Amino acid sequence: MFDGFDALLLARIQFAFTVSFHFIFPAFSIGLASYLAVLEGLWLKTNDSTYLDLFKYWRKIFAIAFAMGVVSGIVMSYQFGTNWSVFSDKTGPVIGPLMAYEVLTAFFLEAGFLGVMLFGMDKVGRKLHFTATLMVAVGTFISAFWILSVNSWMQTPTGYEIAANGQFVPGDSWLAIIFNPSFPYRLVHTVMAAYLTTAFVVGAVGAYHLLKNKADHRARRMFSMAMWMAALVAPLQIFAGDMHGLNTLEHQPAKVMAMEGHYQSHPDGAPLILFGIPNSAEQRVDYAIEIPKASSLILKHDLNAPLAGLDSVPEDKQPPVGMIFWSFRIMVGIGFAMLGIGVFSLLARVRGRLYDWPWLHRAAIVMGPSGFVAVIAGWITTEVGRQPYTVYGLLTTADSVSPLAAPAVGASLVAFIVTYFIMFGAGTAYILKLMGKPATGHEEAAASGPLRSAGITPASADSTQRGRSGTMMEEGA
Amino acid sequence: MNIDLTIIWAFIIAFAVFAYVVMDGFDLGIGIIFPALGRGAERDKAMNSVAPVWDGNETWLVLGGGGLLAAFPLAYAIILPAIYPPIIAMLLGLVLRGVAFEGRWRDPNHQPFWDFAFTAGSFVAAFAQGVTLGALLQGVEVEGRAYAGGWLDWLSAYSVLTGIGTVIGYGLLGSTWLIMKTEGAVQDHAFRMSWKLFPATLVALGAVSLYTPFLEAEYFARWFTFPSVLFSAQVPLLVAVIAFLLFRSLRLRHDYAPFLLTLGLFLLGMIGLGISMFPYVVPDEVTIWDAATHPSSQAFMLVGTLFIVPLIIGYTAWAYWVFRGKVGDEGYH
Repeated sequence: MFDGFDALLLARIQFAFTVSFHFIFPAFSIGLASYLAVLEGLWLKTNDSTYLDLFKYWRKIFAIAFAMGVVSGIVMSYQFGTNWSVFSDKTGPVIGPLMAYEVLTAFFLEAGFLGVMLFGMDKVGRKLHFTATLMVAVGTFISAFWILSVNSWMQTPTGYEIAANGQFVPGDSWLAIIFNPSFPYRLVHTVMAAYLTTAFVVGAVGAYHLLKNKADHRARRMFSMAMWMAALVAPLQIFAGDMHGLNTLEHQPAKVMAMEGHYQSHPDGAPLILFGIPNSAEQRVDYAIEIPKASSLILKHDLNAPLAGLDSVPEDKQPPVGMIFWSFRIMVGIGFAMLGIGVFSLLARVRGRLYDWPWLHRAAIVMGPSGFVAVIAGWITTEVGRQPYTVYGLLTTADSVSPLAAPAVGASLVAFIVTYFIMFGAGTAYILKLMGKPATGHEEAAASGPLRSAGITPASADSTQRGRSGTMMEEGA
Repeated sequence: MNIDLTIIWAFIIAFAVFAYVVMDGFDLGIGIIFPALGRGAERDKAMNSVAPVWDGNETWLVLGGGGLLAAFPLAYAIILPAIYPPIIAMLLGLVLRGVAFEGRWRDPNHQPFWDFAFTAGSFVAAFAQGVTLGALLQGVEVEGRAYAGGWLDWLSAYSVLTGIGTVIGYGLLGSTWLIMKTEGAVQDHAFRMSWKLFPATLVALGAVSLYTPFLEAEYFARWFTFPSVLFSAQVPLLVAVIAFLLFRSLRLRHDYAPFLLTLGLFLLGMIGLGISMFPYVVPDEVTIWDAATHPSSQAFMLVGTLFIVPLIIGYTAWAYWVFRGKVGDEGYH
């Protein structure tokens, strides 16, 4: 049934689908793992049980998100070979070791300590349990480090040589490969994006429960923590994004041209196109609303600096403008909206209305999923902006694909879509259900309770409405 | 000093694959025998016994895939397109069962759906792994640096046989794991299941072992001609010894021995595989030296591996230690 399709296009759709779906989970779990470590650390330091309650509340959600991240991630480690075998063969000597290090230093660390973090609170001491939580959090960061290094190398390849058999092989220094020019910027920008994503989810859940009951002290605590993150990290993120953009201009100017919608070169100051409709056929942006010379000011810090446009790039080496133009604007728009919420929350704090300003809470709820949208939009911007290459300037996407039959790729694409929507749909629905319930104080007994495994009794239908150790007190102790 | 890093890496990858089978075989096996377990406490206990460790177990599979890409990129690039459908099926199976772990406890209203997802996912993943092994052993068509066959070449009587054999063998790992981790009525049930799965595993192992040497003359020569037969004949002898010990330990109702001896059977299967394949990674086409990555990449990874893998084994063992002993009734996290 897929015989009429192009295997390359199907392979790209499949990869885009599986990687975008996968990316949603780590974008959340990187931030949430750190948040859990902070909560448990504060609980150990202050002995304030609110922190412990919140820890256990978010831990349930983390468990589901993490499980979905693991299984969708296993898929990725094989997609390189199934769909992009030529790419794997050619780049394996360079990026393979980095990915192996990700598995060795990050995945095992996360998975090894996750069981103890989720299930072992009453089986090991407090400090050891906190260590397990920290290891999971550190693992998520190490994972981001390696995989973003790989991704950055594909964007800005350095430190390689090309062998006689056509493979990219390492040059003298692995550091030149790992710390390639775009890596530091991408790492900072992406990790902060993950923190913001989590902060806005936590903030929305807090806000939702504050709207129902503004005296809920657990909702207050999580909302306040999330709004501090928004107020502090959103401006830093905008600054980091700007730095990342300048780095991209230096190494991948065509991507920036597409982001800016600059089809034409501007020898004496390029305008900043705020909105418009890219028209690639006519090589112009229709209905453009633009600020004269502002793009040169932002990118070159000089009103009259010349900026080249896509007319300086051969047509078959240009990335597709429409998608990048829009995804970039979505990302930037959300970034400023996040900053707006941060400022709003500071104002509310000054006025003493942080927990009592329904419009702030409603706005925070609307912004709850915004981080995911921004992360995916940013990802599309950078990945589509790399086209038509997989290794920028050196290996094209068309030359990277596996020798595949369209029916195999098409059928598996359908299978991925169906399975992912059912399974991850169910998982996400369940996360939303958990978020819809307020954090409870049942957990307080767990800290002083007997050393016996706490938990929900799976068989009882109403178990999910009780805290973990609620049942323990009733049935076990 | 002249150490061949390629051989070291071949052993490391083989170790990762075996570690995966050790760690995830019983885990998938629990899913395979799940329908035979009683609803309620029996299924709950079975699932509780693997819940804290399953994603660590599956990480070895990521190491197998990632490690193959890193150490033998050419092999990775040839093998995966050759076995595209079973690999995708395996991945989807793992998605189903992975999400079922969380879904089953948290969403008890749909438990039949989650139980189905857990079993179907485990079954498909195990079968696909077996098929993958069979497809590789029967050989794949290579041209230049790429797979050159069709997308259904992997499907054959032999690969279906290895697929079924893997499902049965993992089932035995699952039932003997339950013997180790449970007591009372659940353990009795696990013993009864093991008595059925144990002979079935031997039959499957025997069938695959007899079929394999006839796939290619090269395999036949390794197994049946002098002098290599002196070495290779030890494998079936050891299988017989372990099978006897396993028979005895099931009869004497040992707690730990059945599981460990079943692992022994898998180890021997793995050694047999090594005898058939070495030094090829794609039979008769690509040797480990053809496929090996750049020496600098080998060395760079080896330094880390030598330090990190012992650490991983250490903290993984610690995590198992924390959850040691028989599973109680306490339920989920």
